[in-house]
Amino acid sequence: MLYAILCYNDEAAVEAWPKEKDDAVIARRRQVTDALAVNGKLGPVLRLMPTTAATTVRYGKEPLVLDGPFAETKEQLLGLYVIDCASLEEAIETAKRIGGNEDRGTFEIRPLRYCNAGALALENLSA
Amino acid sequence: MSDLAWTDTALRAARPQALGALLRYFRDLDRAEEAFQEACLRALKHWPLNGPPRDPVSWLVFVGRNAGLDDMRRRQRQEALPDEAVICDLEDAESWQAEQIDHAQYHDDVLRLLFICCHPELPATQQIALALRIVSGLTVAEIARAFLVSEAAMEQRITRAKRKVSDAALPFEAPGAPERAERLGVVAAMIYLVFNEGYSASGGKAQIRASLCEEAIRLARLLLRMFPSEPEIMGLLALMLLQHARTPARLDADGQIVLLDDQDRSLWNAGMIAEGTALIDKAMRHRRTGPYQVQAAIAALHAQASRPEDTDWAQIDMLYATLERLQPSPVVTLNRAVAVSKRLGPAAALEMIQPLAKPLSSYFHFHGLQGALLMQLGRNEEAGIAFGKAIALARTPAEAAHIRQHLDRLQKDSNQPAA
Repeated sequence: MLYAILCYNDEAAVEAWPKEKDDAVIARRRQVTDALAVNGKLGPVLRLMPTTAATTVRYGKEPLVLDGPFAETKEQLLGLYVIDCASLEEAIETAKRIGGNEDRGTFEIRPLRYCNAGALALENLSA
Repeated sequence: MSDLAWTDTALRAARPQALGALLRYFRDLDRAEEAFQEACLRALKHWPLNGPPRDPVSWLVFVGRNAGLDDMRRRQRQEALPDEAVICDLEDAESWQAEQIDHAQYHDDVLRLLFICCHPELPATQQIALALRIVSGLTVAEIARAFLVSEAAMEQRITRAKRKVSDAALPFEAPGAPERAERLGVVAAMIYLVFNEGYSASGGKAQIRASLCEEAIRLARLLLRMFPSEPEIMGLLALMLLQHARTPARLDADGQIVLLDDQDRSLWNAGMIAEGTALIDKAMRHRRTGPYQVQAAIAALHAQASRPEDTDWAQIDMLYATLERLQPSPVVTLNRAVAVSKRLGPAAALEMIQPLAKPLSSYFHFHGLQGALLMQLGRNEEAGIAFGKAIALARTPAEAAHIRQHLDRLQKDSNQPAA
């Protein structure tokens, strides 16, 4: 089954990381996801720009465009992984491995109901 | 990350909001800082043991407020302190506290904290130092290193600035819309000063200067999170990101300035450029143009050109014309002249900057540009004189070295028979 791992953390705290720390976290997580990719278990991996770059559209009869993220929360959605796992247990184990023991943050594991890989050559969208 | 390092980062991130709320509560900067300090000490002790609180800011405000009140009572009556565990036991307290604190109030707290650093009687350098100390929480030693002064001198400077701020009537009432807009404008200017202190590289180690730029970007992000619909704050953040993106290419191995045209554009930070561009897109939607947005749009056009010759100089010229209208200044006109020289040639640009000779007579870049334009026109003798003036006005060895290169080229040209 496909799962999304949604990454939540306090954006202000993550921004306060020194660059070396940020690089180290990315590199360590990369090791875990590279191993998943080798086994064909990894879907798209996304890191979102800060919520200050976000725009919110409330659609309906009179659509409303608002600056900022959908909701002001203490922890923000910062990115997500799509992974293929045999069971929830495996997804939880994978999430723990991605998180490692260095960081404090939250992963929400959500089984995917529908997934369309789309037509973008995502490997060309470097961030 | 170790618990201690995590706590440290969390405290740094929570500082502006927590200190801002404590300042509103105590209405005294020293007392608020002491209370925050005390709350931090307790956090360092309790968080690693009990796990971090769900809402670090509320925890710090609550604990800081109690600690500050206890301290006041103790000073008044020499009363015994309650057990620390009581103060820090927030299992129940935190939830109601989190409910009670109004986010809008937090936003004005942070704005106020930034705003008091912008006291009009404080010179720019003191405003910057004060903001770095109070809002960012940098140590006096760190700030002293960034400004290349002794720790004692910086300590004195900050103490004096704080006294001035404390003597002034602090604006504690919740601001109305016009006051809020005015405060935002003043604070934005101060944040850009912090950035420029780092970016202008008027000396000091590149790494320390870059950290000032990063701090300014962090402050602008904080401000934009609080006031997400302000196009000029988006513009300010975009401008700083787009400029800072070039930092890895701005100085060569010897620490000399590399001009925009000569920079290795592959070194530019693509992530910052993408974010800056996204922000300027957002800002433009509001159709409320302002100087930061226009400058950011100019920086974005430079960033989008993968080679110097791909630069959209016509668009840049137009944007500078807008900037001249919004914020007329000889320096803006001088910058526009660069775009004009690319579009229409050196003669047109030279004509454009002639009226600036007097107002910019002691401005390094005026003489630098004048020299470069004259050199392009083959008027080498006059160019030499202009470069001579520029070199005398250079503020950094890198600026001087850059002009010296031009002078060397002129020298070489004059030694060779005309071809």
